[in-house]
Amino acid sequence: MSKKLRRDNSMIRQTRMWSPLFMGPVVAAFIIGFVWPFVQGIYLSFCKFKTISKAEFIGFGNYVKAFQDASFTHAFWYTALFAVTSLVFINVLAFAVAYALTQGIKGSNLYRTVFFMPNLIGGIVLGYIWSMIFDGVLSRYGTSILLESKYGFWGLIILMCWQQIGYMMIIYIAGLQAVPEDMLEAAKIDGATKWQTLFKVTIPNVMPSITICMFLSLTNGFKLFDQNLALTAGQPYIIQPDGSTINTTEMLALNIYNTFYGSNAAARGTAQAKAVIFFILVAAIGLIQLNYTRKREVQQ
Amino acid sequence: MNKQQTLAAERRSKTILSVVLGVICVIYVLPVLTVVLNSFKVNTFVKTDTFAFPSGESFAGLDNFIKGMTFGNYPFYKSALYSVIITVLSTFLILLFTSMAAWYITRVNSRFCRAVYYLCVFSMVVPFQMVMFTLSKTADTLKLNTPWTIPVVYLGFGAGLAIFMFAGFVKSIPLEIEEAAAIDGCGPLRTYFSVVLPMLKPTMISVGILEIMWVWNDYLLPVLVLDINEYRTIPIHIQYLKGSYGTVDLGATMALILMSIIPVIIFYLLCQKHIIKGVAAGAVKG
Repeated sequence: MSKKLRRDNSMIRQTRMWSPLFMGPVVAAFIIGFVWPFVQGIYLSFCKFKTISKAEFIGFGNYVKAFQDASFTHAFWYTALFAVTSLVFINVLAFAVAYALTQGIKGSNLYRTVFFMPNLIGGIVLGYIWSMIFDGVLSRYGTSILLESKYGFWGLIILMCWQQIGYMMIIYIAGLQAVPEDMLEAAKIDGATKWQTLFKVTIPNVMPSITICMFLSLTNGFKLFDQNLALTAGQPYIIQPDGSTINTTEMLALNIYNTFYGSNAAARGTAQAKAVIFFILVAAIGLIQLNYTRKREVQQ
Repeated sequence: MNKQQTLAAERRSKTILSVVLGVICVIYVLPVLTVVLNSFKVNTFVKTDTFAFPSGESFAGLDNFIKGMTFGNYPFYKSALYSVIITVLSTFLILLFTSMAAWYITRVNSRFCRAVYYLCVFSMVVPFQMVMFTLSKTADTLKLNTPWTIPVVYLGFGAGLAIFMFAGFVKSIPLEIEEAAAIDGCGPLRTYFSVVLPMLKPTMISVGILEIMWVWNDYLLPVLVLDINEYRTIPIHIQYLKGSYGTVDLGATMALILMSIIPVIIFYLLCQKHIIKGVAAGAVKG
């Protein structure tokens, strides 16, 4: 044992001499691509600035402004509503499809291929495909997806279902295939109906997959940007009595983008504060998920 | 009911289920078929007869495809080329360097290694909007704003997931194999490249697929980092068709969209098994 330990140590010592080669590139790129922008971003959220070189520290002013911004609070509630609605639709449908595909029917593989396919198409392209389809339908009634916010909302739900059902389906299929065969057999022998087996045996056994998928669709919903930009870009707009505009179908990520790169460069501090709030929100969901899945792993 | 009847009933219900799913599948591919139909249609008919077959005066032949090549004041082949360059270079850099780092982190396991690892895990929950402004300025200053240098940015921002996945796999490789290599006189470099790297192949494929899908479809990072008058990727190209010259030529747009998704679908059909496995493995990230 002690001999082995010594050998390990000499191996590690040798490996350590190569650390610039093994770690150098990643650490350098990681600092450029993540660490430095992140730290700078936190700092700038407390500053007034148009360009980074002329930043002036002002404390929490940007955060106050962010919370007072009606378009930001609107985007927050709109995003939350969207994320929860899409979570329900995507997961119920994906589970149903996965359940059907694990019943040993003919053509399962072909169907699985088809359902997963939209997942590979990028968000911008998806947005344009669906805006053509929705407008093709709505133009018969003399309207457009850009004219009413409820069309934009449900349009985006349909788009996300089309894209994400296949993805969640894959995770559910993996979960369903891991349900012990003898448990299902035992339920059958005991005379359980199909529905009883589904709710009392199958679903409790795939709970880990259900949790993963629910968190995934929730974070996907919160972080959505490309599809939102390409489908409606926030339209229709409403002009407030005080002259500011609210983009009725604008989600959080797009709201932050528009604040950064809109016509008013002085609002960049506020935009960075919004981005920090957004980060805390998304990270909180992520950490709850991590905690939850880890606890489950311990139990198993 | 005797056993035979039950079996027959079960077979019947399975057939019904199969047919129902088949119908849903057909509905599922309709959006793509609509793109195909409309890419052969004259622009004015796209909006009025979206779901009709192109015929007679609405049939545009290959006009949309020819027009699409130069449409939007930027040649399509250039954005396709830049998309390929950026995706290939970024994926290569990420696979090579993050697998090396993940192996080093897992084996050496010093305080510095653990710090880098936890920072990587942390970076996975940070949304891009948090760093987009400062990152694009940093990339600008360091001249990482061309298709040949932007892969460095992708390596940095994408390191988290890749290191997480590689480290998870390296932990499952028994140390004895590397010890044997060391006894046979392999230095760390040779141990890594001729012993560890071949074993990492399945994870390489999974991570590679995830990175290809991310970089190929990414819109926001390249549009903020690249000088878009000079360099556009396919998503940027398609986004900029709208709004640049008043009304959009929908027929030509659909032709471009079709040209951009055909390679993706071919890629998918060729390595479907790996893609589905890779995506399922990456489900830890949102």
